[in-house]
Amino acid sequence: MDIKYYIFLSIALFVIGIVGVLTRRNTIIIFMCIELMLNAVNLLLVSFSKMHHIANVAKDPLAGSDGQLFVFFIMVVAAAEVSVGLAIIVMMFRNTHSIDVNFLNRLKH
Amino acid sequence: MNKLIALIPLLPFIGFLINGLGRKYLSKGLIGIIGCGTVLVSFIISLMIFFNGSYSTTPIHYFNFIQAGTLKIPFAFQIDQLSTLFLLIITGVGFLIHVYSTSYMHEEKREHFGRYFSYLNLFVFSMLLLVMGANYVIMFIGWEGVGLCSYLLIGYWFKNTNYNNAANKAFIMNRIGDLGFLLAVFWLFAKLGTANYTEVFANVGKLSSSDIIGITILLFVGATGKSAQIPLYTWLPDAMAGPTPVSALIHAATMVTAGIYMIARSNALYSAAPLTQNIVAIIGAATALLAATIALKQNDIKKVLAYSTVSQLGYMFLALGTGAYVAAVFHVMTHAFFKALLFLGSGSVIHAMSGEQDIRFMGGLKNKLKITYWTFLIGCIAIAGIPPFSGFFSKDAILLSAFEHNKFLYAIGLITAALTAFYMFRLLFITFYGGFRGDEEQRHHVHESPAAMTVPLVILAVFSIIGGFVGVPEVFTHGGEKLAAFLSPVVPSATHHIEHSTEILLMSLTTGIAIIAILIAWMRYRTYKEEKYTAFGKVLENKWYVDELYDTLVSKPINKLGGIANNYFEKLGIDALVNGVGKLVTYGGRQLRWLQSGLVGNYLLLMVLSMLLFFVLEFFLKR
Repeated sequence: MDIKYYIFLSIALFVIGIVGVLTRRNTIIIFMCIELMLNAVNLLLVSFSKMHHIANVAKDPLAGSDGQLFVFFIMVVAAAEVSVGLAIIVMMFRNTHSIDVNFLNRLKH
Repeated sequence: MNKLIALIPLLPFIGFLINGLGRKYLSKGLIGIIGCGTVLVSFIISLMIFFNGSYSTTPIHYFNFIQAGTLKIPFAFQIDQLSTLFLLIITGVGFLIHVYSTSYMHEEKREHFGRYFSYLNLFVFSMLLLVMGANYVIMFIGWEGVGLCSYLLIGYWFKNTNYNNAANKAFIMNRIGDLGFLLAVFWLFAKLGTANYTEVFANVGKLSSSDIIGITILLFVGATGKSAQIPLYTWLPDAMAGPTPVSALIHAATMVTAGIYMIARSNALYSAAPLTQNIVAIIGAATALLAATIALKQNDIKKVLAYSTVSQLGYMFLALGTGAYVAAVFHVMTHAFFKALLFLGSGSVIHAMSGEQDIRFMGGLKNKLKITYWTFLIGCIAIAGIPPFSGFFSKDAILLSAFEHNKFLYAIGLITAALTAFYMFRLLFITFYGGFRGDEEQRHHVHESPAAMTVPLVILAVFSIIGGFVGVPEVFTHGGEKLAAFLSPVVPSATHHIEHSTEILLMSLTTGIAIIAILIAWMRYRTYKEEKYTAFGKVLENKWYVDELYDTLVSKPINKLGGIANNYFEKLGIDALVNGVGKLVTYGGRQLRWLQSGLVGNYLLLMVLSMLLFFVLEFFLKR
């Protein structure tokens, strides 16, 4: 398949993520949108890696594998982030009985 | 011998360090011994130099003080006849005054006693440096040092604001003169590349006449500051705020003669500048007369002596201006004896009167303070110029030279001589004759001072009597002018072209006038009467309103200028700038505060927008 379909899909996912983060007030939705952006980047990395591998496999059997390695790193970091983020959301709910981000404006004080 | 010579200034300096640093730990006795002992040893070394005849005009080089490119200023001493004479005066009179001080200052607290002696020793050190230096730079170090010590000692009782003001006045007036001195030294460096006496005096011919006049006038400006001449004399009478021995040592016997020493030392320069000589003579004569008139109406015992000092210094400058350098140095010597004597005598009187300085409240002390009275009387006779006391010979030499030079200057000198005799005996009669006018407590307290104070008085009195015999004029004995012969390798003596009969006539005229003045004083002040106020007397009592004049001409405009600078430059310029920076930051902060809304959405939006901005910049606007 042509690489540009992957690119468009990735951009679409990323923009959905950004718009979601900017417009939604529910913390869990925002959190999911962040994951969406990360995964859009993952998708892009994997597809470029595959494209690169096909083009250069004759010279180097391991060509483009570092892109896939990055994806694993990102997934590990995202998993860690999820655990921290969910813990924060739980604490936030305990304190404010809400998960609306606008209740967090006390951060400025 | 060179090492021994270096010890002369070094010993008082060591005394200064010990007394200054250890003033809280040393006992008063030890401080006194160190203070007097160091000066005594210096005096003994000076005597050795004098009697061994180990003086020469070749400088003794120690090390290079400043070395930069072609400029070389050696740290060197020149121990010739002139500096030896000054060494003897400074250390000799200085030693006596140190001894006197141990008793006079005895009621001071221990640390202040130590401070006093450390300053006194530092002063002796600076003064020795001034006269021993072999170039103008070393002289300038001493010149500044004595100015500093004078400041410190005038303001010795630093809790009194008036005394501090007097100290400031002395220091600032001296600074004005010092600037002239410094400029003259720079001028010498620019034209000759050296400030060593030997080289400068050998190369006087290379200087153009305008250079010589400029240099000598600037040097003279320095001398007017240090030696209290018109227009910078007003600090000296105020300097009497210091302890009386200080007035005797610094403001009568030694420091104020630094200007005379400097001009006598630079006689080669001055002889080549007749214009400056005339200025020096006129200023000297004017100062002598002005100060003498002021002294007529002063009621503070020390103020009278202070104005008399200014007047006598004027005499010395008159002598310098008429080319009679030897006579000026001679008068420095005799003046050091009798003026130190008079000041120490006045100190003894003040001590006896428990600090009273106003002669209107004294009187009748003749029988109570016998030694003080007799020595004071000798001092008065000496300063009045009655033969054969020392003042007669030196004053006569000056007047003779003035007579030869200019009859008008001679007339001023003669009038001043009469005034001098009059005001000194007015002081003597009011203080020591008539009835006692102090209060009961003082009457019980009046006592003769202890031996540490009276012995220096007696020694100085002896020198005031015999000190003049080193310069007996040719008229009386052949070869009597021993001082002139002694100084001849350094200071040329003036040759007189006056017939002996005229000279005798002039002498008897001076003496006669002085005796008449004394008799008038005797008639008017033998028994004390309240002095009548006349308009002119009021002017004299207020010192010709010179202080007020300086105040309006100099102090007030400068204060006003300062006020303008404060109101406009400071408040509108610097303050506005400094405050403006603060205001700008506060304003900027207030404007940026809305960014910190606390809403997570806003932060995220800004983050995304700025990322977009960088993205756009990076990919579309680059290239």
